[in-house]
Amino acid sequence: MQATGLASLAGSLGMVKRLSGQGIPAAHGSAHLAHESHAMGTMGRTAPDGFNASTFLTAWNFSDLSPDERSKFYRETPRPDGSVLREYEIFATDREIEIAPGIFFPAWTYNGQVPGPTIRATEGDRLRVTFRNLGTHPHSMHFHGWHAPEMDGALTGQEVHPGETFVYEFDADPFGLHLYHCHTVPLKRHIHKGLYGAFIIDPRSTTGVRPPAQELVMVMNAFDTTFDSENEVYAVNTVANAYMHEPIRVTVGQRVRMYLVNVTEFDPINSLHLHAVFFDVFRTGTSLTPSESTDTIMLCQGERAILETTFRYPGDFMFHAHQSEFAELGWMGLFRAEAPRT
Amino acid sequence: MDGAFQSGGATHVMRRFLLPLVPLALLGILLVVITRWGPADALRGDGYPPVERLNFQRVTLEPGFIVASVLNDGPDTVTIAQVQIDDAFWTFTADTGLSLGHLGRTELRIPYPWVHGEAHIVKVLTSTGTAFEHEIAVAVETPTPNARFLGIFTLIGLYVGVIPVAIGLLWFPFLTRLSTRTMDFLLALTVGLLAFLLVDGASEGLEAAGLLPGSFQGVVLFVLAAAAAYLMLEGVGSWLRSRGRNKAEGRAGWLLAIMIAVGIGLHNFGEGLAIGSAFALGEAALGTLLIVGFTLHNTTEGLAIVAPLARDRRQPSVMELVRLGLIGGVPTIAGAWVGGFVYSPVWSVLFLALGVGAIAQVVGQIVRHMSHEGSTARMLATPPVLAGLLAGFAVMYVTGMLVG
Repeated sequence: MQATGLASLAGSLGMVKRLSGQGIPAAHGSAHLAHESHAMGTMGRTAPDGFNASTFLTAWNFSDLSPDERSKFYRETPRPDGSVLREYEIFATDREIEIAPGIFFPAWTYNGQVPGPTIRATEGDRLRVTFRNLGTHPHSMHFHGWHAPEMDGALTGQEVHPGETFVYEFDADPFGLHLYHCHTVPLKRHIHKGLYGAFIIDPRSTTGVRPPAQELVMVMNAFDTTFDSENEVYAVNTVANAYMHEPIRVTVGQRVRMYLVNVTEFDPINSLHLHAVFFDVFRTGTSLTPSESTDTIMLCQGERAILETTFRYPGDFMFHAHQSEFAELGWMGLFRAEAPRT
Repeated sequence: MDGAFQSGGATHVMRRFLLPLVPLALLGILLVVITRWGPADALRGDGYPPVERLNFQRVTLEPGFIVASVLNDGPDTVTIAQVQIDDAFWTFTADTGLSLGHLGRTELRIPYPWVHGEAHIVKVLTSTGTAFEHEIAVAVETPTPNARFLGIFTLIGLYVGVIPVAIGLLWFPFLTRLSTRTMDFLLALTVGLLAFLLVDGASEGLEAAGLLPGSFQGVVLFVLAAAAAYLMLEGVGSWLRSRGRNKAEGRAGWLLAIMIAVGIGLHNFGEGLAIGSAFALGEAALGTLLIVGFTLHNTTEGLAIVAPLARDRRQPSVMELVRLGLIGGVPTIAGAWVGGFVYSPVWSVLFLALGVGAIAQVVGQIVRHMSHEGSTARMLATPPVLAGLLAGFAVMYVTGMLVG
């Protein structure tokens, strides 16, 4: 037994040696960037005119649009009590999206993008969301947060049929990190096809203030391209390996705040692990006091957390799901920390 | 009507040559119409997803690389977008591009540190996210045509084909001392053996045919190749008989022996192909038991070859026996080479079919030879023949159990 084991061990060692001798590096040449010498990962890049995962990170309330364009989808009206009436135009539409270079997923989307536009308000604001269904199936918007049952979007009869419109109206409460998603049955299909988005409620000044930070919206999602109730592609913000190719740029010594939402369908949990860095966790963002400090956080589907950290060293910091399988199926990226400009 | 045809000579000729061209011209016009204005699109309807089919032709393993040859077997263009190995996106190169038309093929080279002796899953994702999977059951390095593997495959061929057949031939001196009744038993035994090979080859061939991409129409290919082999041997047989009619008595037995050797040789080529490819794909770590099984199994083939000679009481020279043995056994070596180095499932189907056709023809020959112009049914119903048939089948069945 022992002898055989040693022999096979020796054999496998020999294999490793051979691999390093004439394997990957020789095939790729040396002209590539360091991270591209990894053989693991997606090939190529997504089309530049499609969904931009980097833009999505820092866009809320349609801030990525020109003022003209933006006014078609978002309006702010101050109210006497100092709060704001925020009006949104959201529509559901069928659209093919490129979830990994060359792979096009027949998605159901809010406003043509997955995740849907990030909605952000301050605690106590009034939200009025006009939802038009331009898709081919009944859809709805179900917001997490306090609201009256008739605004739930999930109860029988609350689905909005193709061509119809519904106005959701409620107050932003409680402060924290929430989400919205379609709640029409079959639920699994409506969610994994792409109908979800982040919903951020900032604390009102009387409650407290989160310190200034570079803020990033990160939605962990996945796609079942073969429709067998198992995901083929995993990502944060839809595009597999997007931040491997285009690292998220942060500044050393400056606070970074991540709004992390898990909407991954089919798998019970998802997680985020950040290399060489620890972060404070504000579960559901409903407190201004962190509940823990860690480098790995696990979230069930629909769970979310605000993560805060400050990078100490310049350089590249890998982050990915700590389920290796998800990481290798696209859910892996890089932070690139740069020294502050002087 | 006849009168009209015969009247004008020139018109007659015109009609004769033009008439068959009319349907062809119409067919041409129809094809142009279909491709130019495509009723296919109308028939398909709006927004139907493309029909995507991708077939793994051959997956080989080199140190640090998985090389997969894939074929688009479907009607629509398939665009390969990504490759996943064991549920991980992996980089790759494709030698003839990623967009494959109908029957287009490409070779994907994937720099993957595969693990010796373990299983891996190769998954190709197309532009629509459709996944095509291939399982590498046991990862072993694919042999390249070098002296070592040539030697190994030759050895396999010798063990499995040449030596057993030669040993079987050595029964000849014993056979010549048997009575006519015992000879009938032996010939029937041969028929039983061959009938087993016939069924075995047909079931293997049809199984392989089922695994072929739809465009290759595996079952049709198998049946037609088998029929062709049958008819060809039938032709060759009657040609040989007509040539040898003036020669000595006992020629019939010799011819039959050659025909059986050819049939068994073709069968063994298919067998060698299967063994070589299984070995190359790491699916058969050719166990001792398997070799023993094939050796026992194929020894009976030698017996089948010499049985008709013994019945004719004709003493063949040693060279003649050697020749028969080579015809029957050596193709195993060639089969193992082909299977090991350039295996494709189409070859498998084709050669198994040739083997089946050849054996069917040989079975027919022997039965005719045995019945001596009398009633075949009556001949088959005699006790020694019945016993022989059953014994032949039983021997093959039992030794077949060893090769699983």
